[in-house]
Amino acid sequence: MYRLIFKRVLLGLVILWAVSVVVFLATQALPGDAARAILGRDATPERLAALQAQLHTGDPMLVQYGKWLAGTLTFDLGASLANGLPVGQYLAPRVSNSLVLMMIAAVIATPVALAVGAWSALRRDRAVDHATSLITLVLAALPEFVVGIILVLIFATGWLHVLPAVFAAGEGAVWQYPAQLVLPTLTLVLAVSPYIVRMMRAAMVEVLESEYVQQARLKGLPERTVIWRHAVPNAIGPVAQVIALQLAWLAGGVVVIEFLFRYPGIGLALMDAIGNRDLPVIQALSLLIAGLYIVVNLLADIIGLAANPKVRTAAR
Amino acid sequence: MTETATVPTPAPGTPATGAGRREGLLRAALRLRRTRAGLVLTALVLGVALLGPLLAPHSPTEFVAAPFSGPADGMPFGSDQLGRDVLSRFLHGGLTVLGLAAAATAIGVGFGALLGVVAGYRRGVLDEIVMRTGDVVLAFPQLVAALLFLSIIGPKLWLLVLVVGVSHVPRTARVVREATLKVVEQDFVKAAEAIGVRRAKIMAGELLPNVSSALAVELGLRLTYSIGLVAGLGFLGLGLQPPTADWGLMINENRIAVTVQAWAVALPVSAVALLTVGTNLITDGLARASIGIDRGVRS
Repeated sequence: MYRLIFKRVLLGLVILWAVSVVVFLATQALPGDAARAILGRDATPERLAALQAQLHTGDPMLVQYGKWLAGTLTFDLGASLANGLPVGQYLAPRVSNSLVLMMIAAVIATPVALAVGAWSALRRDRAVDHATSLITLVLAALPEFVVGIILVLIFATGWLHVLPAVFAAGEGAVWQYPAQLVLPTLTLVLAVSPYIVRMMRAAMVEVLESEYVQQARLKGLPERTVIWRHAVPNAIGPVAQVIALQLAWLAGGVVVIEFLFRYPGIGLALMDAIGNRDLPVIQALSLLIAGLYIVVNLLADIIGLAANPKVRTAAR
Repeated sequence: MTETATVPTPAPGTPATGAGRREGLLRAALRLRRTRAGLVLTALVLGVALLGPLLAPHSPTEFVAAPFSGPADGMPFGSDQLGRDVLSRFLHGGLTVLGLAAAATAIGVGFGALLGVVAGYRRGVLDEIVMRTGDVVLAFPQLVAALLFLSIIGPKLWLLVLVVGVSHVPRTARVVREATLKVVEQDFVKAAEAIGVRRAKIMAGELLPNVSSALAVELGLRLTYSIGLVAGLGFLGLGLQPPTADWGLMINENRIAVTVQAWAVALPVSAVALLTVGTNLITDGLARASIGIDRGVRS
């Protein structure tokens, strides 16, 4: 099993490197002078020269990539073209804001979705189950920005005026403004939950039909014990991987949600950087989001391997 | 949207001729209420998008009132941020979303199916190359990949279709490859090989028809995601550019005034919502039907 995990980690690193090549090619290796493309036609010669120096556009492509990669690996990501701050310093608070949002969403979504999925399985083929199935199917279909806008129309501007439509906090950490966090969090929760609910329901249905649950019931154990001691622990294993994949999805899904609610995180920073053609920030964020995505996916794979008894016991 | 399949993956089963099997799948799917509901929703939005431009009372770029006016005579949903008729822009704005999403889905699922069948049948080095290249594409969340390219090269429509399409390829290829692997083991493939049928013909004539239910489900799923992505990119301002009427762009343009003029946002949002829910209901119906068929139960 450890060899398998080691191979997966190695593959993850190779993919991360390949991703860095893609990001570099997509951003800097444009035909023509990248610096001129970014600054536009009416750039002053000084700014052009400064940017050319920062991007090393005078060098051959491979050397440019080497210098860029070396900078990235040492967390020297260059300076933002829009505000002159070092990219790391500019992004650090935004990364932590996004992580706060993602964490809250994950902490709420996971137990609620598991509970709903399990409940739905226990009430199999009854009204509750059908309703859950339909609601999750609808939520899974809706793009997350549509969910967010519908929530804004319901809670902020249309019917009820109970929550702010955009994030408008002053100074200080984002979690000091709980009311502002409700809608962005709720949108993310609604976006990731349906898959976990459906997976948990399917896993629970299978477990409840198994012989060991039947045996536990025949033994005369109270239903509570049957469910909590015998059914749930066995159902959660296969669901764990889906949960991890959903959390990985949050890394990318947060972009649209932050743009919609103007939440000061990596997503809004990415959209601002795109608006300003702020190349170093775009590079850093694409790499960061892809990196986060790869790491969480890797964890999902490892959980999947660990949860599979065949793999766990086979190659020791 | 998220990457886990919402629907159970149908297992490819017994050999069947392409036409007969697909017909069976569709008919079985149509017996489910959700499939019919999905078809109605999809047809409704399709109707608006296709017939809308003919029915619109104004041109989508004509200024008819003060910006963000409320509903008035001849302007049932008011005007947008530049004083254009919201209803007319809504009726004109569906074709772009639908067309781009359909094109991206066709590219993504087409290439994905091709690569999946070839990788699953030929295996070996080719399989490794296809799947590992796919892993690199999969390392980007779909939206972030699209943003990366669109932001640098510019919001070009061909690029949008290409990026969304390419982001579907490895996902489709994985599903089709899995389905192909199960079919390749079966005797009729070995029989075809034994009598010397060409590989290309085996792939097109024996393998592809037998992964068609998996492919049909994948097509529906990818179409749903494409619609969300295309509308989402429009919403982020990287899709269609002003002054085009486009549902995603309309949401972007009018969201600042959602308190005074909610219609300009609510109309396109509901259309995108109904469309994605509709296609997903059809997809779920297809998935359920294909499982029923493969078990030999035709309920």
